[in-house]
Amino acid sequence: MTAPFTLSVRERKFNALPGFSLTLGYTLCYLSALVLLPLAGLLLRVSSLSWADFWRLATTGRALAAYRLTFGASFLAALANAVFGTILAWVLVRYRFPGRRLVDALVDFPFALPTAVAGLTLASLFSAHGWLGRFLVPLGIQGAFTPLGVVIALTFVGMPFVVRSLQPVLENLERDVEEAAATLGAGRLRTFLRVIGPVLLPTVITGFAQAFARAVGEYGSVIFIAGNKPYASEIAPLLLVIRLEEYDYAGALALAVVLLTISFALLITIHLLEHWAGRYQP
Amino acid sequence: MSIELKNVTKKFGEVTAVQEVSFSVRDGELMGLLGPSGGGKTTVLRMIAGLEVPSQGDIFIRGRRVNALPVQKRNIGFVFQNYALFQNMSVRGNIAFGLNVRKWQRPDIEVRVRELLALLGLEGLEQRYPHQLSGGQRQRVAIARALAPRPGVLLLDEPFGAVDAKIRQELREWLVRLHHELNVTTLFVTHDQEEALEVSDRIAIFSRGGLEQVGSPREVYEQPANEFVARFIGVLNVLELEVRDGRARVNELAFPSHGRTEGQRLRIGFRPYAVPISADVHAYRYRALLRRTFFLGVMLRVELELPSGLIIRARMTKEDYTRENLHDGAPVSFQIRQYRVLSGDDDALRPEVATVHDLPPMVGEGI
Repeated sequence: MTAPFTLSVRERKFNALPGFSLTLGYTLCYLSALVLLPLAGLLLRVSSLSWADFWRLATTGRALAAYRLTFGASFLAALANAVFGTILAWVLVRYRFPGRRLVDALVDFPFALPTAVAGLTLASLFSAHGWLGRFLVPLGIQGAFTPLGVVIALTFVGMPFVVRSLQPVLENLERDVEEAAATLGAGRLRTFLRVIGPVLLPTVITGFAQAFARAVGEYGSVIFIAGNKPYASEIAPLLLVIRLEEYDYAGALALAVVLLTISFALLITIHLLEHWAGRYQP
Repeated sequence: MSIELKNVTKKFGEVTAVQEVSFSVRDGELMGLLGPSGGGKTTVLRMIAGLEVPSQGDIFIRGRRVNALPVQKRNIGFVFQNYALFQNMSVRGNIAFGLNVRKWQRPDIEVRVRELLALLGLEGLEQRYPHQLSGGQRQRVAIARALAPRPGVLLLDEPFGAVDAKIRQELREWLVRLHHELNVTTLFVTHDQEEALEVSDRIAIFSRGGLEQVGSPREVYEQPANEFVARFIGVLNVLELEVRDGRARVNELAFPSHGRTEGQRLRIGFRPYAVPISADVHAYRYRALLRRTFFLGVMLRVELELPSGLIIRARMTKEDYTRENLHDGAPVSFQIRQYRVLSGDDDALRPEVATVHDLPPMVGEGI
């Protein structure tokens, strides 16, 4: 007797958008067309390869070096963004200073700037004769045309993610929680590590994941600054393009599948980590 | 003296939040800081805690000047209005936080946490996170957390502000009992005069950044220092009178002139309890209609409407109401037994004199 009653109540609940079935259907179509279909196509194409062929194409020395660079540099870049993005967001939310709104607007700059322009600018900045390069290169810091250059470019493009995801969380962070910690005798460091940090961590991880995913897929800015030397400063997406230009579709597909699999596995791991960090939340 | 403030002033930029406030809190006392919002009472509490630094004046805790002592070293417990629980810690973690900071030994922490869980009726909830608790439970966790390191002073900012009326009442009684058991000097901020009267040993009343009066609930109710206190604590009828024919009058009502000359004005105030009412229209001097009755429990508040339209608020017991066979719309007679002359000019809060004047019943006299 109770079941139909609760069902009818649920049906009468007000919803801004019509019908659950309609919206769910739309959601599934949308996801299928944009995400699942291309993925399925990719897997279908690669399934025409034999396992041995696939393995050989996916694990050439050059490909392995490219994976290492892409994921390693992306990881470092996302890590740098997590640390400095947190500080940047903190400053923007907590302090009032002249030019704050300008700084706030500048955070979005890496989103707005065409990535090729960013790459070109960074390359000229860090080259031996550039504004920064002329001081850094004599110190042994080669920014342009090295793996370090890749990290710099990826840090640049991923910069807004942590800042933008953290800002609303910081704004909602109640000041009295910090004061409560102080009245209980806690100093700044303990308050940050035990009280504020754990609350921010899930969001920092989210921002990290977004910056990381963006960095793995980044192409435009990197190719200008990386130097693109095989085995040294060649990123995986570039290698994929090279394979395509050589009409080596099988090789390109193999690379694509590997990139896809690793990215997917990493994102799932990060998501689990995020879930763990936010385990006390409702 | 457990806490003492001497001429404490706090300015936020151009705004003076607290002006020249001096008072002291006795050891083991439960004191309420009462006043309308924006009165400066929360700022006073925060200065005692060390969360704000006074612009001028001195604060002493147990005889020691603490102006320069950082909040961490003051050994106070502070309960925030919205509890400010650590959402990433369980109830146990919240309560143990201050003990960990003070580097207590693990077994000692365990014992202390258990003690507080028992004291505050939180047993069985120690593994819960704040979002899994009800408002009242959160409140108690916040108090347990503040009490855990055995503070010398417990400070509560609007402790019952965020819970519903029923739980509010329970929490009040419970705070009094807790204070009785622990005997820790306690200050709490409230804007609810009923709450302050019910809970406090003494009340400090603030308005516009200044201290208006400090006293026991009975003192501030029966001997308010000024018109602000008189109006803020309980209900006060205020009448504007003008002296005509040797008596201070408004509409039908007449009072002694209190030395005012013809044409001068004066204001008086009187409590609802100072208005006896009878269904016998000849029992008291003035006549009115009982316009409306408000049931407040044991006591009733009634509004009397005079023939001229003037409204007088009075208070009577349920027994009297029933005995007199009253109802809305009934004709009644009443008089004003006690009143107080308030200061003449409109702005000043201080009264000139505080007199109690009995008008004898004038049976049979027409209006």
